[in-house]
Formats: sequence, C-alpha cells, structure tokens
Amino acid sequence: MDYAFFQAYWWFLVSLLGALLVFLFFVQGGQTLLYTIGKTEQERTMLVNSLGRKWDITFTTLVTFGGAAFASFPLFYATSFGGAYWPWMLLLVCFVLQAVSYEWRTKAGNIFGHKMFETFLFINGFGGLILFGIAVGTFFTGSDFTVNKGDLTQLAMPVISTWHTPWHGLEAVLNVRNLLLGFSIFFLARVLGSLYFINNIADDMIVKRSRKQVLRDAIAFLVMFLPFLVWTFFSQGFAVQPDSGVVFLEKGKYFFNFIQMPLVGLLFLVGVVSLLYGIFLGAFSKSSTKGIWFAGIGSVLAVLTLLLNIGYNNTSFYPSIYDLQSSLTIFNSSSSFFTLKVMSVVSLLIPFVLAYIVYVWRVMDKKQIDKAEMDEDNVKY
Amino acid sequence: MGTLDLSIIDWSRAQFAVTALYHWLSVPLTLSLGFIMAVMETLYYRTGNEEWKRMTKFWMHLFAANFVLGIAGGIILEFQFGTNWSNYSWLVGDIFGAPLAIEGIMAFFLESTFFVVMIFGWNKTSKGFHLVSTWLTWVGATLSALWILVANAWMQYPTGTFFNIDTVRNEMTSFSAVLFSPVAMSKFFHTVTSSWIVGAAFVIGVSSWYLLKKRNIEFSHKSILIASVFGLAGILLTIFTGDSSAYQVAQKQPMKLAAMEGLYHGKNGTSLIAFGVLNPEKKVYNDSIPPFLFKMSIPDGLSWLAYHHLHAFVPGVQDLLDGSYLLTMANGEQIKPLTTDEKLTFGRMSHQAMIDYRLAKKDKNDSLMSVNRAIFDATSPYFGYGYVKTKTQLVPNVPLTFYAFHFMVIFGGFFLLFFALLLYFRRKIQNMKWLLWLGIFSIPLAYLTSFSGWIVAEVGRQPWAIQDLLPTFAAVSNVPVSSIKTTLTIFVLIYTVFFITIVGVMTREIRKGPESIK
Repeated sequence: MDYAFFQAYWWFLVSLLGALLVFLFFVQGGQTLLYTIGKTEQERTMLVNSLGRKWDITFTTLVTFGGAAFASFPLFYATSFGGAYWPWMLLLVCFVLQAVSYEWRTKAGNIFGHKMFETFLFINGFGGLILFGIAVGTFFTGSDFTVNKGDLTQLAMPVISTWHTPWHGLEAVLNVRNLLLGFSIFFLARVLGSLYFINNIADDMIVKRSRKQVLRDAIAFLVMFLPFLVWTFFSQGFAVQPDSGVVFLEKGKYFFNFIQMPLVGLLFLVGVVSLLYGIFLGAFSKSSTKGIWFAGIGSVLAVLTLLLNIGYNNTSFYPSIYDLQSSLTIFNSSSSFFTLKVMSVVSLLIPFVLAYIVYVWRVMDKKQIDKAEMDEDNVKY
Repeated sequence: MGTLDLSIIDWSRAQFAVTALYHWLSVPLTLSLGFIMAVMETLYYRTGNEEWKRMTKFWMHLFAANFVLGIAGGIILEFQFGTNWSNYSWLVGDIFGAPLAIEGIMAFFLESTFFVVMIFGWNKTSKGFHLVSTWLTWVGATLSALWILVANAWMQYPTGTFFNIDTVRNEMTSFSAVLFSPVAMSKFFHTVTSSWIVGAAFVIGVSSWYLLKKRNIEFSHKSILIASVFGLAGILLTIFTGDSSAYQVAQKQPMKLAAMEGLYHGKNGTSLIAFGVLNPEKKVYNDSIPPFLFKMSIPDGLSWLAYHHLHAFVPGVQDLLDGSYLLTMANGEQIKPLTTDEKLTFGRMSHQAMIDYRLAKKDKNDSLMSVNRAIFDATSPYFGYGYVKTKTQLVPNVPLTFYAFHFMVIFGGFFLLFFALLLYFRRKIQNMKWLLWLGIFSIPLAYLTSFSGWIVAEVGRQPWAIQDLLPTFAAVSNVPVSSIKTTLTIFVLIYTVFFITIVGVMTREIRKGPESIK
C-alpha cells in the first residue's frame, strides 16, 4: 500500500463523513419544518424531542468531518477556511446557535423564552444548510485563491494561501450553480426530515402532514438538483495531468469520471434510485415508515460518489479559477505518508463507532415518540 | 504579495482567547460533574436506594445544561485553526490535525451518543446499560481532553517531528513521541485533575446554599462528602502534576518560567516568590529598574522546583536574551544551552537555506540543493527565530503571567485547606455559616483559578504558536481586520446571550432543588 493508496483512502473517509453528514442533516431539515408540520404546541414538542435525540450525532459528524479534513488534507483546511472566511464562519455561527437550543428551549429559567431558541433552530436549518451547499458547490465551480509555499520566508507577508477577492468567500453566493446546490441540500434535508418524522413519531396528523411535505420538498429538490447536475456534468471540469500534475479545464470531466469509474457511476445511480424510492414511500405509501432508510442510504451513496468523482480520476477537488495551478488535489494537499498511515490505524475504530451508534439508536427508538410520552412528566426538551 | 497588517495578529489572538475562555466555562464542570454523578449512579445501582437516583438526576440536569455550552464553544475552536490560523494549519497540520481527528472519532461520538442515553434513557434501557452510558459520557469527555491536550502540548514542546524542506512543512516522525511526550502527560493530568476541583466546588457551593437555607439537608451532606473527597483527591493530584508541569516548563520553555516568577536575573539557588507586587515602572527587560515593589520568597525554592537541585542556576529574562549560562541538571551534570543570538542566527540561516534550496531546485542544481538541505536540517529547529526582528518580541507579558501563576498557586493552596476542613468537620458544617458562605464563593474562585492556569500556559508561551518553530505573527490567515472584528463581535454577543441564559437556567434548577425530581 503506497502513499497514493492512503491519499485515496482518506479522501474516501472524508467523503463518507461528508455523505453521512448530508444524511444526518435531516435534523436541520426537520428544524425548518417545526411550524409547518407542527400546528400545536404539543405537536411541536414531539417534533423537537424527536429531533433532539439525534441532533448531537449530526453535530459530532460535522466536527469530525472538519477534524478529518484538517488531519488528512491540511492544505485544503488552511486554504479554504482561511480564505473563504465568511461562509465558513457564518456556517459555524448557525451551528453554535443550534448546540444549546434543544437543551435550553423549554427550561424554566430561560429568560429569553422558547421562541428565540426555535428561531435559532430555524436559522441553523436554513442558513447552515444553504451555506454548506454553497461551500461544497465551490468544489465544482472553483474559487479565487493562490497557494505559494515560497511565501513562508517572506517576512513581511509569510501567509502562503491568499484569497483574491475582498469578499472572502461571500462571492460564492453570487454563483448560480453554487446556489442551486445550496438549495438542493436544503430541500433534500427537509425531505429527509419529514421522512424521519414519519418513522419516528406515532401521531396521525404529524405523519399525514409529513407525507404531504415530502412531496412538496422533493419537487423543490429536483428543480434545484437536476439543473445543477446537468450543468456540472456538461460544463468544464478541473482535470489534472497525471504525470506533470498540471491542472487544465476539460469539458464534461465530471460526467466522464462516472463513465471512467463505472463502479462509482453505478453507485451514484443506485443512490439516486434509492433516494427516489424513499421519497415515493414517504409521499405515496399509506403505511410504510421505511422511506427514511431508502432515502438516507440513497443520499449517502449519491453524495459519497459525487465527492469521489471530484477527488479521484485525476481531478482537482478544490480548484482555483484565479490560478489553475494552485488548485488542490488529493495528492498535493494531503498529509505525509507517515501521518496518513498512523491515522488509518485509528480509522479501524470507525466500524465500532458506527456499530454502537446504530445499537444505541435502535435501543432508544424501539418505541416511537407519542403524545403519552410527552405528557409524562419526564425529561424532555 | 503586500504586507501583513499586524493588527490581524492581535485580533485573531483576541478572538481565539475569547472563544477559548467561553469554552472553558463549560469544560472543567463537564469533566468533574460527570464523574461525581457517575459515582452517585453507581451507588444507586448497588444499593437500589432511590435517593441516590434522585441525586444523580438532579446533578445530571445541571450537567446537561452546561454540557451543551461546551459543544457550542468547541466547534468554533476547532475550525478557527483554519479560518484564522491558516499558515499554522498548513505548517503543522500534519502533526496537529491527527489528534483532532482522533478526538472526533474516539471521544466525541462516545460522548454524544451516550449523553442521549444518559438523559433520555432512564425508562428505555436497563439500569446497568444506563449506568454504563453515564460512565461512558464521562470517559468520552476525558478522552477528548486527552487528545486536545496532546495537541496543545505539542505546540509547547514540538517533538516527534521534522521540518521537510520539500513539502515546506513540519511532518510527524513518531506518533508515540507526540502522544507520550512528557509535556503532554503532565498537561493532561494537571488539566483534568485540576478540573475536578471546579466540579467539587460547584457541588459543594450549591449544597452549602441548601444548608444555609436549611433545606435538602441529607442530600447536601451526602453531596458535600462525595465532592470533598473528590476535590481533595483532585487538588493533591493537581499539586503533584503541577510540580512535574513546572519542571517541564523549566526544561522546555525557560522564558515562560522566568515570566511566571518575574525573574530577570537568575543565580545559583534562586528563590521562589511566595507573594510579590511587580514594579509597574519596569517596561523593558534590560532597563535598570528593579522588577518588584515588594516580595516574599522561599530561598532556593525555584531552583528546586525547576531543576530538583537547590543550587541550580535558573535563568531570568535577561540571562535568556543577552547572556550565556550553565544549567545544572538534577543529576548534577552541567550543560550550556544555545544563546538567543545563536538561535536568531540559526533561524535566519534556515530561512535563507530554504530560499536557496527552492531556487536550486528550480535550476535543477543537485549539489546546491544538498548543501542547502544540510544547512536547513541543522538549523530548522529554530526556524521561528527567522521571523523575530527584536529580542523584546521574545518576552511574554510578564505581569499577566506572574499574577496568574501566583493566583493559581495561592488558591490551589486554599482549596487544599478548604476540602480538608470540610472532611474534618463533616456534619458540623451545617452550623458553620462562614464555611458555608465560603463554599458558595468557592465556585467562582475555582473557575478563576482554572482560568489563571490557562493564562499561565498560553500567555506565558508567547510569542510562540509552536515553540521555536512558528511565532503567532507568522501563523495567521490573511483576513481583513474588519472581518475578524465583526466575527468576534458576533461571538461575544451570542456567548453573552448564552451566559445569561445558562445562569438563569441553572439558578432556577437549583432553586427548584432535587425535591422537584420525580
């Protein structure tokens, strides 16, 4: 197993974390539906408590995604976070607001009232997802930065990564394709949120409204995602000459990546079909609560394969449109061979982590949330 | 290319300090209260006594309110390395990133998964599984502390690494050297055990208030007993690990030690300042103004603390910057460390070697490349000195470091006495109003003592982000100052709202008391 193997392996792990994160964004999606699906205070309490048993897994996945990106691709971490300062910072603000909201919302001593913390949950759901989608959109559309390691010895300006717009990342909001992806993630998360409610809550009205909502958000998702996908497949992609490492523009690069990596392409298709089937179960089935699993697995596969698409097959995953040759690939931005190997040993823990999360999830969700549970004077959010 | 706006450094540091401070409002209580309530739940599990369950649940409510505050603060700290310290992230991400990733995989998932069971699982899981979940939440929090402190220790003592001239960054050569570095071990045990004092003080303070109000008497006595034993163990271990921390500082960061003691001129057999007032007129390290207006000291104390040898020479700020001296080690051996002038020369040589190496590489001049590589490899441990323009840049804020250190030590002594008194008087404290009031005031005192420890650690190591390798002024991101000021303002506003809320939530929970738990 050589250096390139471990670079690919870590890109896979980071992509997997990103894909799991998008699935777990059902929490954020659900947060934006509190007042759409919950019409009474009690219904909203059920929704909040249902999401409240999962929010910290999403949060932890985001933090681990960041940590893994830092450890395995530090040049990306330095360039993107230090350059596209504003979208990342605002995204973090959205998550900071979420962290305390479940716990403090209905506590007696909360002098700001529950509405404020519900607003925080909405901001997290809306802002957090749109910003995340826009930030990931730049992986396909490129950003304005340069990397010059020689600058390290320039005493007056030793910073090696430079962003070349005064907006420090906010300019990405003006790119239609980034926006399309931002809203795709937003509506996908709402679809997943509704499907999760159908699965997790035993209440006829909530389930009925959730089924309606699945369809509405699924249409909005498709309206946003299909143009993004077609545009991305047939526009120019950021390709890399394998021998020289020179980056160049290639039309249809992302489409051909799926053709040239048929397994990845096939899994992408399986993901899309599974997602659509999950949506179908959620919107049209009378009794099935399994939509979340099909849509969830579908989203994980689709996001995973899209991220593998831009990392593998001589592609730049974080391109610069200001200076093509500053674009980042999994080879020029990764940690050293030694560090990747050490961390790969640690990564063997991941199946155990996933196993105990699944086990705990099953134990805690054995019984669906219902009104009776909320009426018991037990611990609740 | 332009010139870096130097106020970026101050604002980036301010933002990091403020967010770290808020984060640290929560962390020590999580590390300690987690243990106390796990002990209580274990007693419930073993005896079946519902009173222990009620106590566990009461402290767990307060734990949960505090825990989420820590999560809110923690995420910013992690990503801030990228957003505000991008040069740092690239230069040392190969080493520093690994513990952060491992922290996520190993600790955060454990904490967050079992936290949910702990809070919501009382009626959904077996007694045994619930107890295990409570312990695992605490284990997860402590493991998280381990990894982040390993990362922090590496910044203070960069070991198990080499500077790769080809990739222009530091790369890990030994994971075990990073994980088991003596600084990491002292730092982990010192930080965790000192955090126990915060939780102990918190439980004692709340229980003292009940005793003053003459309510929840039995609950309060039991809570105080458990917290005092835990607190006493915590402070004894803190003193022990503090001694080894100070020993490590003396070896690896002598400038920090000099600042902690306000020591400008060392001598054989240096005394330890027990209490002192610094002279505010002293502005520059090499002026002739005496550093103290008043001081009380313990003869030869610092020599013993720093080198475990009564007559050892402890260098002061001026010795470190302008002089050369001999260090006597614990075994009596004498060594002559590099002078600052030599380090500055090496720093500049390493910068020049890197420039020349890169030029030679471009020209494909192999012999010139190997010459410069050899120079670089020999001098790169002092790479950071290449950024230093004047020696005064190498002196941390002495008054802040000095007072924080002495505050920490004096109140460490106070807590030793305090926990011992509580254990000595046991149930008699019910009638000792002054001690109960002291119990309440011990809560803010414990936090302030804990904060002062961090001030010593982080202010005392300035200007270094990574000791000798990277000063803060070469570690930042080139982000407009106005942006950093804006994000800092946003964080201060949010955290202020959070602070007000958590004080309100906790006060109400405490007023309601354990009798409200069903």
